[in-house]
Amino acid sequence: MTGRPSRWLTGFTALLYAFLFAPIVVLIVFSFNTSRRNFVWLGFTLDWYPKLFENQQLLGALAVTLQVAVIAVVGSTILGTLLGLGLARLRFRGAGATETLILLPMVTPEIIMGISLLIFFAQLFSLNGSLGQIAIAHITFCISYVAVTVRARAAGMDPRLEEAARDLGASAFGAFRHVTLPLIAPAVAAGAMLAFALSFDDLVVTAFNAGVGSTTLPIYIYSSIKFGVTPAINAISTIIVAVVSLALFVAWRLGAFRSAKVRLVEEDA
Amino acid sequence: MDVVRSASAPARAEGSVRAPWAERLAGAAFVLPGVAWLAIFFLFPLAIIVVVSFGSVDPAGHVTLAQPGLQSYAQATRPEYLPAFANSIRYALITTVLSLAIGYPVAYWISRYGGERKTLLLILVMLPFWTSYLIRTYAWMIILRDNGVLNSVLMAAGLTSDPIPLLNTDFSVVLGMTYGFLPFTILPLYVSIDRLDRHLVEAGRDLYASGSGAFLHVTLPLTMPGIVAASLLTFIPALGDYVTPDLLGGAQTTTIAKIIQVIFTSGRDWPDGSALGFLLMAITMAGTLLALRTLRREVLA
Repeated sequence: MTGRPSRWLTGFTALLYAFLFAPIVVLIVFSFNTSRRNFVWLGFTLDWYPKLFENQQLLGALAVTLQVAVIAVVGSTILGTLLGLGLARLRFRGAGATETLILLPMVTPEIIMGISLLIFFAQLFSLNGSLGQIAIAHITFCISYVAVTVRARAAGMDPRLEEAARDLGASAFGAFRHVTLPLIAPAVAAGAMLAFALSFDDLVVTAFNAGVGSTTLPIYIYSSIKFGVTPAINAISTIIVAVVSLALFVAWRLGAFRSAKVRLVEEDA
Repeated sequence: MDVVRSASAPARAEGSVRAPWAERLAGAAFVLPGVAWLAIFFLFPLAIIVVVSFGSVDPAGHVTLAQPGLQSYAQATRPEYLPAFANSIRYALITTVLSLAIGYPVAYWISRYGGERKTLLLILVMLPFWTSYLIRTYAWMIILRDNGVLNSVLMAAGLTSDPIPLLNTDFSVVLGMTYGFLPFTILPLYVSIDRLDRHLVEAGRDLYASGSGAFLHVTLPLTMPGIVAASLLTFIPALGDYVTPDLLGGAQTTTIAKIIQVIFTSGRDWPDGSALGFLLMAITMAGTLLALRTLRREVLA
């Protein structure tokens, strides 16, 4: 009944995918360009990649970025998982308001979140940016993504599974520990991967909360771009694209992008 | 996908179900830490912006609330800033319309003809979104510069003898934003098109509607909630976007986000910056509420 798609519609869709991936392909190709000025293609080289590892500033920025990402992932995964579970499995007053609270950070312009935390830390605590401040900011915008991912999975879980465990004599905590937690684990891991990708990439919120000595990789890249375009930037960018794509691929395999139905009895479709 | 779905899902019936007290207590234990975190580090700082926007700067450079007033709002809406407001809104509007025009046919194609590869096709749409906005915007700089990829191709093909100025124009900003926010448009459109009962379209055809007639009078009105959601989810990030106008728009392109950035990094007049920030938030929230009402009306109709 679906029939065949019109040729122009299929062509249009193919064009869109080309449009989506063209810049990324260009970036990767030019990271292997011999030309220092990176305007035209002069020849193939792998030189830019080993050179990255001699750049101390860049390595320092990478270290800061990874430290922030680890704190952000741990913090937002714990808080977001609890939120997602609570919303999916428990009835309580204010559930609707909590859902709104989770969605709000996702529609707030990044620059607003950046300046609000900058003012918050500066006015109340006289803090002018640090690694810890960046980490707190990152936890704040990552929580929602973890919560939404975990909630989707937990909502698809059959409540009878936990009840069955309770009927068999498990304590409330035991049922949670041995039934619920293993079932939602893939969503928790997927949420953590998303949080990592978000934290690793963030520029705007980070820029307002970074201080001396807490330059992250995106900030480093941003200032390099402002100075001029070189294949070195393309090379770092290519590595970042590879790392984030890998994180996303793992998140996808773990089911971050679907709400898997977990049933007591497998039902045949 | 799930983000979109839960955004449009009707809110859970609040308080209408009586939960046992133990369950309520457990609910609090699960939800409280996250809610508390967001209240302290998200809601409270937003409230501080509002408070600071009514303050002023004392001679020592500190924010003071000694004479609270609307002076920062007078500053924020002064004539020099009006082009920035106009630009932000114009870029966001054009981006939204373009994204809908491009995204709808694609979402339609994926839903109708994607078959077993639907999920993969959607993930491919989302992949660029997750891989660093900064880096993708930078990639467009390489493509659009005077001696960039696109101009090289055009000149090699003999289509132009001199490079066409593409970067630092309205064109490059709109291109970059459309590219960046297209995934936000396609996903809600896809959800809404995929949910559409195809028998309704067939009924239209059986009643002698032409293919385009059935599309215009059945498919389009029934997917309107998706169109509204998609417009909102594209317009909001486009309105507050900083990276695209900064990297692809060049120095002469001003937007609200760019002015806020300049105020907070070079000057210390936080009340002025906060007032601008609050206005940006207000436009965003107004858009959200306006579209939410339309959305609810469309869904219930």
